[in-house]
Parts: sequence; structure tokens; C-alpha cells
Amino acid sequence: MTIPQKTAADLLVEMKNVSFSHGSRVILDGIDIDIPRGKVTTIMGPSGTGKTTALRLITGQLKPDTGSVIVDSQEVSTLPRQPLFDLRKRMGMMFQTGALFSDLSVYENVAFPLREHTVLPESMIRDIVIMKLQAVGLRGARDLMPAELSGGMSRRVALARTIALDPMMIMYDEPFTGQDPITVGVIMQLIRKLNDSLGLTSIIVSHDVAEVSSISDRLYIISGGKVEACGSPRELEESDSEWVQQFLHGRPDGPAKFHYPANDYAEDLLNL
Amino acid sequence: MSILVSAVRNLGSRVLNSVQRMGRGHIFLFRTVMSLGIIFREYSLLIKQMHSVGVLSIQIIAISGLTVGMVLSLQGYNTLVDFGAEQSLGQMVALSLVREMGPVLTALLFAGRAGSALTAEIGLMKVTEQLPAMEIMAVDPYRKVIAPRFMAGFISMPLLAAVFSAIGVFGGYLVGVELLGVDGGAFWSQMQSKVGLEEDIINGVIKSMVFGVVVTWIAVFEGFDATPTTEGVSRATTRTVVNSAFAVLGLDFILTALMFGGA
Repeated sequence: MTIPQKTAADLLVEMKNVSFSHGSRVILDGIDIDIPRGKVTTIMGPSGTGKTTALRLITGQLKPDTGSVIVDSQEVSTLPRQPLFDLRKRMGMMFQTGALFSDLSVYENVAFPLREHTVLPESMIRDIVIMKLQAVGLRGARDLMPAELSGGMSRRVALARTIALDPMMIMYDEPFTGQDPITVGVIMQLIRKLNDSLGLTSIIVSHDVAEVSSISDRLYIISGGKVEACGSPRELEESDSEWVQQFLHGRPDGPAKFHYPANDYAEDLLNL
Repeated sequence: MSILVSAVRNLGSRVLNSVQRMGRGHIFLFRTVMSLGIIFREYSLLIKQMHSVGVLSIQIIAISGLTVGMVLSLQGYNTLVDFGAEQSLGQMVALSLVREMGPVLTALLFAGRAGSALTAEIGLMKVTEQLPAMEIMAVDPYRKVIAPRFMAGFISMPLLAAVFSAIGVFGGYLVGVELLGVDGGAFWSQMQSKVGLEEDIINGVIKSMVFGVVVTWIAVFEGFDATPTTEGVSRATTRTVVNSAFAVLGLDFILTALMFGGA
């Protein structure tokens, strides 16, 4: 597999030789991930392989043990608090649960980043909120409270809140998990449409192979803290790695074993 | 031998954990205090928290104050009357309330009513990723979430203790004067002449301010430090109530010794 060389200007995020451990458990073990500008890039992998950790390293919530994380030509891990907050204003993240503020209405949730970071008059805030809610199809739900929304609606409101400040990139943490097929379709379409129409860069963390393959420009598969494979969905489909094939097609047994390591079955039954 | 080693190891790890938690708690307090400036810019945040922490606690504080005052009066009368000193009932009820019962019981009730609610609320904000979401939006949760709640607790506690004591005195009056027939004039005048502003009332206020800081600090820290799971929040809420109670009772002894011990 050949990876076309990208110049720094083409890349919005570069993770170089990044390692991260939690206590004695190694989560990321020297991974390299490049996120090209203007594209939808997906990081896939089995549960617990450090996908969400990778996002947290990009946002600077976590610091890598070794290696560097560069976002828009700035080294995130060494940025002081204020420049980091300035950088974060240009990042958006949609959390798995939506993470809406439960004491604020839909309207106020979307208005929150605008009120915090701008001095716009109320009439302009209202216009922006309505435009963002219209983009996710929930203009009519603006007076509802988060407790009154379905899971899919919460994520769409969270998306509207994420794009309120017109960020340069959006990160999606497991955007499809636990959603019905219509909602999955809606979210898929929104991710692609917003990416292209707003000129964003999108990073999706997911293990829903079919959904992300259809909307991603580039896929990374990580396992055991390392990058197992990367490339376009088509390149990965044609990969000759047995592990990649097992993962993409969801085969229960293969290089990733079905059975947890154990002694011999017959011996175990006979209690030898 | 191995049991001894593992016992020492367990003890060591517990001590280390406690020291680490205390360290985190103090860093947390420092950052909270450094973030208090937001209250002057966005006082609506403080007012909202004063309502949920303070105003919504008035009912339980008032009812408890009334019953405690009534019981004090009843018990006090039974003892004082043996010495023919029932005229001092007003003084006894007021001093007990202002010096001890008001600040201490208010702090304990506050920990159960408002402290546990603060811990659960902040813990659940962590579980539902609202706090990380705020961080990603470049909004400091210390300023937006922690500082207003901390300040609301600090301001509310002395006010609630004052409500407790005032209603307690009224409860004492109801039982002592209206029910048991102590002379009303003696009840009030003894209270007026024997309760000092500086020694009794101000010291009581200082106590409840200290309790306000400690209980609210424990409550918001436990929420912020909670493991973001259902079980984690439940444990944090329990810890808030238990640790607050220990802290209040321990500090009360120290403060009482400092304020009234040498007299």
C-alpha cells in the first residue's frame, strides 16, 4: 500500500509517533495519523483501542507520553492554556451522548458558544442559532429541553452547537452508536454535507464499517495501539491483510481470536 | 508473612490515595478561588445557584430550626426549673442556638440537602460529558460551573444558619412562654442581656462561614472528582455527606475551643 506524501499545508492534524499510557496499560503505541484538510477521515478499530484517546490528544485534553500532535501548525501538547483555548474555539466535537447542557433549552444550547466567545447583539445570535438549527433540521424544536429530545435529535442539536462558531474542523465521537437506521442516515448525510458545504475537516471515530466507508475519504484502522492499515475505503477493501478483512467484514474468528486465551478445551473438560 | 506484607501494602496504598486526593482537593480549591472573578461579571450565574442551593433549602432549615428550638426549650425548662432558674430559659435557648446548634445543624442539613445535590449534579454533568464538552468549547468549567456553586454555598450557609437560629428562638418561645408559662418579659430580657454581639453572634457567623466553605468545597470537589459512572456518582454523593459531617463536627470542636475555650 502506498501513501501519497502530503505537505504540511495539506494536513490539518499530524500525529507523529504518539504514545500514550494509562497507568501501566499502553493505549497508543507510537502511532502516526495524518488528517488532510477538507476531507472526512475516519479512525476505526475494535472497542478499547484508543480511538477516543486519539481525539482527546488532538483537542489537548490529554498529553502524549512521547511524540507530537500538531494541529494547524501548532504543537498541541505544549501549548499554554490560553492559546490552547484559542485553538479549541476553532475545533468542534460531537460527543457520543450529545453532551447538551441539561439546564438549557435547545436554543440556548446552540447560543451558548456564541454568548461565551462573541459580543454579537441578541438579534444576530438569534439569526445564527436559527440558521444552524435549520441546517440540522431542528429549527422547530428550539424551545424544547434536552430531556424532551430523542437520542438522534440530541446529536443533531449537538452538531448545530458545534458548528455555531464555524469551526475549521469537527470531531465526531461514535456518532452512529445506538441509533435507528433513519437517524444513522440523517447523521451520515449531515456529516458529509456540512464538511463539503462549510469547507470543514471532519474526523470520525467509529466502528460502524458500512456507514463510515460510504462517507469517508480516508480510513485508519487502529488495533492494539498501532495503525493496522490506512487508505481510502476502496484501498482497504482490497487489502490483503487478513486482520483488516476480518475487521471490515465482521468475521467472528480470524487473526483476532474468538476465544479468550485458555488451556486446551478437552483437558479442561476432563479436569486434567 | 505474605498476609502481613499485603496488609502493609494495602495500608500504604490507602494512605497514598488519601494524600493524592487531598492534593487534588487543594489544587481544586485554589483554581476555584482563582476563578471567582466571574461572579462579578456574570452575577446571574450566582443568583441561579443561590436559588437552588440556598432558597430551596429554607424549608428544611426552618422546620428543623423550629423543632430544635422547641425541644431545647422543653429540655432546658425541665432542668432549669429544679433550680428555680427557668427565667434564664431564653438565654439558654438563644446561646445554644447561636453558638452551636444553628451553625452545626445547618451545616449538617445543608450537606444532606444541598451538598449531595451539588455533587450529584456536577458528577452527572461529567457522566453526560457536559464538562468535557465545555472544555472543548474553550469554556472553563471552573468559572462556569464550579465557582458560582462554591460562592453560592459560602454565602447561603451563614444566612441559613441565621434563619435556623431565629426560628429556633421562636420555637423556644412558643414552648417556654406560651406552653410552659415562663414569663415572656424575663425570657426576652435575659436573652437580650446575656447574648453578646461579638462573642456569641459574630462567632456563630464565623463558624457557619467556615462550615460553608468546607461543606461546599467537599460537595463540588467530590462531584468534579467523581468517577464518571452511575456507581461513581453514587459513591461521591455518599462521600460528600459523610465527609462533610466529619469535617463539620471536627471543626466545630476546634473552633469552639478557640472561641470559647479560654473563657
